[in-house]
Amino acid sequence: MKVSIFITCIVDVMYPKVGKDMMEILQRLGCEVDFPAAQTCCGQPAFNSGYHKDTKDLAKHMIQVFEDSDYVVAPSGSCTLMVHDYHNLFSAPEDEEWREKAKRLAEKTYELTQFIVDILGVEDVGAELHGTATMHRSCHMTRLLNIKEPPTKLLSHVKGLEMVPLPHNYDCCGFGGTFSVKMVPISEQMVDEKVHHIEGTGANLLIGADCSCLMNIQGRMSRLGNQMRVMHIAEVLNHREGSDQTWESK
Amino acid sequence: MGIKIGEKSFFPRVEEGIKDEGMRKAVRSAQDRLRSMKLRATDELGHWEDWRLLGEQIRKHTVENLDYYLYQLSENIEKNGGHVFFAKTAKEAREYVQKVVQQKKATKAVKSKSMVTEEISLNNALNEIGCEVLETDLAEFILQTDDHDEPSHIVVPCLHKDREKIRQVFKEKLGYEGTSKPEEMAGFVREQLRHKFFEADIGITGCNFAVAESGSFAIVANEGNERLTTTLPKTLITVMGMERIVPTWEELDIVVSLLCRSAVGQKLTSYITLFTEPGGRSTGDGPEEFHLVIVDNGRSNMLGTEFQSTLHCIRCASCINVCPIYRHIGGHAYGSIYPGPIGAVLTPWLADYKEYKDLPYASSLCGACTEACPVKIPLHELLIKHRRKIVEDENLAPFPEKMAMMAFTVAAKSPKMFQYGSKLAPTLLFPFTNKQDHTIHEGPGPIKPWTEIRDLPAPAKETFHKWYQRQQEERTNGDL
Repeated sequence: MKVSIFITCIVDVMYPKVGKDMMEILQRLGCEVDFPAAQTCCGQPAFNSGYHKDTKDLAKHMIQVFEDSDYVVAPSGSCTLMVHDYHNLFSAPEDEEWREKAKRLAEKTYELTQFIVDILGVEDVGAELHGTATMHRSCHMTRLLNIKEPPTKLLSHVKGLEMVPLPHNYDCCGFGGTFSVKMVPISEQMVDEKVHHIEGTGANLLIGADCSCLMNIQGRMSRLGNQMRVMHIAEVLNHREGSDQTWESK
Repeated sequence: MGIKIGEKSFFPRVEEGIKDEGMRKAVRSAQDRLRSMKLRATDELGHWEDWRLLGEQIRKHTVENLDYYLYQLSENIEKNGGHVFFAKTAKEAREYVQKVVQQKKATKAVKSKSMVTEEISLNNALNEIGCEVLETDLAEFILQTDDHDEPSHIVVPCLHKDREKIRQVFKEKLGYEGTSKPEEMAGFVREQLRHKFFEADIGITGCNFAVAESGSFAIVANEGNERLTTTLPKTLITVMGMERIVPTWEELDIVVSLLCRSAVGQKLTSYITLFTEPGGRSTGDGPEEFHLVIVDNGRSNMLGTEFQSTLHCIRCASCINVCPIYRHIGGHAYGSIYPGPIGAVLTPWLADYKEYKDLPYASSLCGACTEACPVKIPLHELLIKHRRKIVEDENLAPFPEKMAMMAFTVAAKSPKMFQYGSKLAPTLLFPFTNKQDHTIHEGPGPIKPWTEIRDLPAPAKETFHKWYQRQQEERTNGDL
């Protein structure tokens, strides 16, 4: 199966290891992985902030980049959602051609865990990681893309990993893209409540499927002096006994 | 009072909300309770998603044919002996009610809870002409007693006060000496109110839904005050938002089920009352005169726009009850009598974009509101649409943000520039990077607000793009 990977801008710049892990997992599961190098950013920060004219041009670029791909897979529910929303930018009658192209891209674009479980039909990727972990469910992925089961299924097969539930896991961590910098005092209260709930689980590892939410939670924990281990799910799924690399070790 | 509450702008209000620990504790506990009660009630009903779909269809159909149903409603009300007045603006609505009150030479009115009368500032208008208005809903009574404190929620207006706070208000203002037991305090208020119902010349209510086919109007409540308000005074005035209408009793059944379960997690509330022929012509009791005031006040401006679905709202507040922003800042911070996600969508339409330009950004777009809405209003998407209007149509975005977005999108449209920017990031941020933990504690420019409260990981030395390119080159060289 030919798969094009969509490396989100945060992964590209901040967490390249997550991208490498994703690539290795897909290759191990028998996919022929391709990375179209002209890809940039999905445009979500501009779209969510109201700059739709600019986002339209960005969307056109990304649609062209992945036009020939069979499948597009991203290590982020949020950026996957943006690609799924592209067609809304082309609602004018004269944009019909682009609207159709956007819909075709959406149909073949998947979030990583959803792709592994629903398309490849795999639940056990042979990972091993010892510890007690809790999972942060990102809003865009869980609620808006309705991807609820795949991460849980995959993590339940990781050897040595004990998962503990996170109370109030339906609540946003306070990232919200530009919200985190535009509404700092509110975002602070939200992330503090999230950190409080995470600490209450007794877990020594936090797992998530979106680097942006994790960057927010970990950034706040670090500021508060909590050095809890944080991993993107791709890192967990690519983890082996004896290897102890996390996304922080670049 | 009007839509706008208070004079401070958004951020000072947010700060005030965050500092108010008592309010936040009350809001957190109310949200958790209402949320779990709602989930239990909807689970019990079964097929909740099908019910939502049906709710959406009913509201969509009604709003799309609003002119037809409003006409049918007004015809039927008049046939039943009532009077109907269409108020284009809040001012027109106020003046009409003032006129009725003056004709009756009324000096005392009792009122049951109504958000639309708050929206049009009716109490002030009646006080101005010498008519005393008494709020008889327990929560509204508390707010009125507490020097006209403002509602902070559309279903539970004094959600921001816990019972101890309420006891204090009663003690200070009314000489109450009892405990903070809800039953005892409610009993005390009941004593205060009982004779007022008999003295009142006018009864004023809101309207949860009007039924077009029969000219009836429905009130959904958990206290008996609204029954007394609609029964004892000789003149009854009901004020409704123009969209609060259903075609027939069959749809009423469905939307009332959605409302009760979504708002307070009840199958039905204690009282769901429907009035047809409130003139009491057939029964001989009840008010002698009935007026229905249908308020537009900016609502019809939404018709035919991408915001039309805002009018589907049945005012259940389930979006408010799940909103993490509301949870931390409380209702007053919104500066509008309609707080939370629905308030952030509705208020800029009913009031002013300039005044409320921050509200659409008071959301992390987590979608909890959209998921909770029993009639499937895509609330978080409407907030994004507001943001587009603020940036592209109203030109109200701050200049530095516009510049930053322009730079970002220009770069992201060109793969070369984008990669150059990503490669440059570690070098640019190197002076700000803590060498021990590879994080940025105090960032420059756009990173500054992020690092006010959090650390930012330093950009990787090598981007994924660069790594991949290197891998490809090494592979090619190796093959050669």
